[in-house]
Amino acid sequence: MSKTESYLDESSLQSWLLTTDHKRIGLLYLFTILVFFFIAAVAALLMRLNLLSPHGWIVNADTYNKLFTLHGVLMVWFFLIPSIPAVLGNFVLPLMLGARDVAFPRLNLMSWYIFISGGLLALWALIHGGVDTGWTFYTPYSSTYSNTHVITMAMGVFIAGFSSIITGLNFIVTIHKLRAPGLTWTRLPLFVWSMYATSLILVLATPVLAITLGLISLERFWGVGVFDPRLGGDPVLFQHLFWFYSHPAVYIMILPGMGVISELIPCFSRKQIFGYKWVAASSLAIAILGFVVWGHHMFVASQSVYAGIVFSFLSFLVSVPSGIKVFNWTATLRKGSITFETPMLYALGFIGLFTVGGLTGLFLAALAADVHLTDTYFVIAHFHYIMVGGMVMGFMGGLHYWWPKISGRMYPEFAGKMAAIITYVGFNLAFFPQFILGFMGMPRRYHDYPPEFQWLNVLSTAGVSILGVGYLLPLLYFLWSTKWGERASANPWRATGLEWQAASPPPKHNFPVVPRVTKPPYTYQAEQDQFTPQSELAHV
Amino acid sequence: MSRSPLVAEQFEELEQQHLADQFGMWIFLATEVMFFGGLFTCYTVYRFLSPEVFAHASHHLGLVLGGINTGVLLCSSLTMALALRSIQLGRRGATIWLLLATCIFGIAFLGIKGYEYHEKYVEHLIPGSRFHYDGPSPNRAQMFFWLYFAMTGLHGLHVLIGVCVLSTVAILVARRRIRQENYMAVEVAGLYWHFVDIVWVFLYPLLYLAGARG
Amino acid sequence: MDWLFAGLILIALFFLVVVFVPLIYFSIKYRKGSRADRSNPSAGSDLLETGWTAFPTLVGIGIFGWGAIIYFHQQNPPADAMQIQVVGKQWMWKFQHAEGAREINELHIPTGRPVVLTMTSQDVIHDVFVPAFRVKQDVLPGKYTTEWFCPTKPGIYPLFCAEYCGTLHARMGGRVVVMEPAEYERWLSSGPPRLSLAAAGERVYRELGCSGCHDQQGTVRAPPLTNLFGRTVALQSGEVVVANEQYLRDSILLPGTQIVAGYENLMPSFQGRISEEEIMEIIAYVKSLSERKSP
Repeated sequence: MSKTESYLDESSLQSWLLTTDHKRIGLLYLFTILVFFFIAAVAALLMRLNLLSPHGWIVNADTYNKLFTLHGVLMVWFFLIPSIPAVLGNFVLPLMLGARDVAFPRLNLMSWYIFISGGLLALWALIHGGVDTGWTFYTPYSSTYSNTHVITMAMGVFIAGFSSIITGLNFIVTIHKLRAPGLTWTRLPLFVWSMYATSLILVLATPVLAITLGLISLERFWGVGVFDPRLGGDPVLFQHLFWFYSHPAVYIMILPGMGVISELIPCFSRKQIFGYKWVAASSLAIAILGFVVWGHHMFVASQSVYAGIVFSFLSFLVSVPSGIKVFNWTATLRKGSITFETPMLYALGFIGLFTVGGLTGLFLAALAADVHLTDTYFVIAHFHYIMVGGMVMGFMGGLHYWWPKISGRMYPEFAGKMAAIITYVGFNLAFFPQFILGFMGMPRRYHDYPPEFQWLNVLSTAGVSILGVGYLLPLLYFLWSTKWGERASANPWRATGLEWQAASPPPKHNFPVVPRVTKPPYTYQAEQDQFTPQSELAHV
Repeated sequence: MSRSPLVAEQFEELEQQHLADQFGMWIFLATEVMFFGGLFTCYTVYRFLSPEVFAHASHHLGLVLGGINTGVLLCSSLTMALALRSIQLGRRGATIWLLLATCIFGIAFLGIKGYEYHEKYVEHLIPGSRFHYDGPSPNRAQMFFWLYFAMTGLHGLHVLIGVCVLSTVAILVARRRIRQENYMAVEVAGLYWHFVDIVWVFLYPLLYLAGARG
Repeated sequence: MDWLFAGLILIALFFLVVVFVPLIYFSIKYRKGSRADRSNPSAGSDLLETGWTAFPTLVGIGIFGWGAIIYFHQQNPPADAMQIQVVGKQWMWKFQHAEGAREINELHIPTGRPVVLTMTSQDVIHDVFVPAFRVKQDVLPGKYTTEWFCPTKPGIYPLFCAEYCGTLHARMGGRVVVMEPAEYERWLSSGPPRLSLAAAGERVYRELGCSGCHDQQGTVRAPPLTNLFGRTVALQSGEVVVANEQYLRDSILLPGTQIVAGYENLMPSFQGRISEEEIMEIIAYVKSLSERKSP
């Protein structure tokens, strides 16, 4: 194997901290979000250990409340939202488009620094005693009553939001303007479609979060504000503004994962994706419909009955495009030639867990059922099925899939499979009991609870411990692989995307010559065991 | 094909880069619309709930100064548009003067705004413990003034940022880093400036003209 | 309502089967090296897509309708429901019966009669959640929200606060004690003698000086309160509103925002001079001056 220049060659600190290379920026993000994931995971572990007993025995009420706030804030804004877009999107998107970088590389680097600044503020708030408002910051508790560092935490998230906006803006312009010749919109890989839809939400929804957090910070600082009942203010207005962003935000969190699955299923079943146009369109439909369902978080918040009816109806509609994806992925398997490497295990796991999570969303969309289930552990189970069972599995699948491209090494396959299975088992044990707990009436954000809920809590904690092992293993073997992993060829998975036409790892500017695209994606033939890449390009 | 040194690595040609820059700024402006939109939503909700209170409170805002400020910003948009035309025609000197004129208009806007804020301070109309309002529903009126300061404050911050950006652009034009060939930087800065102007065009009637004045 | 849950579970199981069975079947049948027929693979079928788009949409609309109908019924308390006033604060509940009985964190009610809770918060947003009754409703500062149920079986049912409200959110619980009607009457009359809510309200009405303007022979011209509750009121702004609990509360705390047509803006605000309980007592008094019990 001839030695080629790789984007990883230069190793000075300066070359990393001042890089404008999208591949390095993707890795900078990877390192950063793992730090936040770890802190948030420790918070979750402490909470679940505390919940082993009906009477909190590890931490007191205040600490518990700060732990769930920290867990939510870090997981949502400092792990999930950047995860696939800022790590895999940054790394893979230009390669998939046949481009040398994103449209605005310096803005890209700036977005990472902005992200770090926001994160540092959040950590500052943590070190100085934490925040106890919940990641949802409901007023008037957050604006008037809480005695914690709300402004600092809110400003940390506010700043990190700008990093999201810049990433989304960069991706939209890149997808529009930097596609390789011949790469028409209908030849785009589905990962690109989902990143496009995600970016639309990133740029349009995040600013609303920013102004909302700004408003509560101002209200705390100034002593008066728009959510203050004494001025005739309405605390529920906060909820409208908050959820107007936060509901689309959950689609920011899941669409990229869906995009990864759309890459993995065709590759590992050696088959053209079933219903390409429908899958692409469904990403856009989710993005658009996702903006008009926010009120389903507020069915018992004193919203009018008529508003509730409209939001419930639209929420059922938004579930349909997700269903379309699941059906299409499943249909893709038919007449394929399927292998079960680690990325495929994660993809299949995603489909299973996301389907459960999505179906339980229907329970919550149904008005009368939601009255009973909202603010209970049912909701917690629902969103963890989608975020952890869905998105994190999608992230892991994508990370394993593109690891050879990123690092030039293969991860150890047996360990990979083991970790995937352990994760799947641990996850279900951790979160399925929570559906039952919620139906039985255990509210969320409770540091202690009536004794009849204990056995289900114990099961859940046991599951979380297993899940932790499932996450620790990849951390260890990915690191191991950078030194001792088998060296990877340019296209170890025999996949059709343009990214596989570049070397593993790619040189700094990806493609010495801009590729010409002549084929749609996923031109796999299972029967003949052949595949046609999107462009034929000689690589070194 | 030789690449112009003005073209960044990731682009094939200057035109592509220009279109990307322009598109990027339009997307950024869309995010700004959503950002201000949150505040406009709050204003709309509370005005709908207490229209008479807002109308009455609005009378405390000076129409004359507000009107002058509107004129100032509109003039600044004119000089900005002329600056863009100048650089597209290769007239470096005129471009710099027009950009500076735009900045001066911006600073004048901020000055007048600052004076208005000072007036409100003297009249005890700044929300908080020292707020004092002679009129119906002082609490709801305080909401009006809170929104007034928040909205014009956020807008003023954007004007300030715009002045900084435009003066930087003027310096780069003076140093010939921005020229006729890569005029796009001026267009992109101009788009931002026009947006800031349009926000004011909405703010003025909403805040100053909320109550009909006979 | 649990029929709805059962229906949802069945539909969820149906779709789970529809997804899992083919997923597993195809994974096994078409695993690499198996001797399945892989000729003429399909890349799509608009017919199939339309089908599996239309069918879930219809199912979704069906469940939506079912849930909406129950919800509508849930949100509209019957006119003759027994009224309980509720004030929530960090971290306890105060329940007030119309006859005057007051309870903390516990609510005694009889079987067979609908009960409507009219609730407000003294500080942050709380929520009254009684899982056994399948009801939940946020309790807000500055506003009244209602929740109703009709218990059928005597027993003790847990009540939880279900909107995070600070340190002791998890301890802000209580019990709903449902008794047979006869037992309930005994319980009601066993407590210390108390003024009914309306009588207490009349006392506040006089003590705070409301009678000075609002009584017939008041010195200042103010809108009369007899036969007011439940009626529509024309405001100076041209709007027409219903005189419900929220209207009365706003009139007491933010009088200048809803001036009645034909009257001047003279009423002072009682913000800071009157407690949530006293407001509820006055409202009960004003209700007693009208035949209508609900708007």
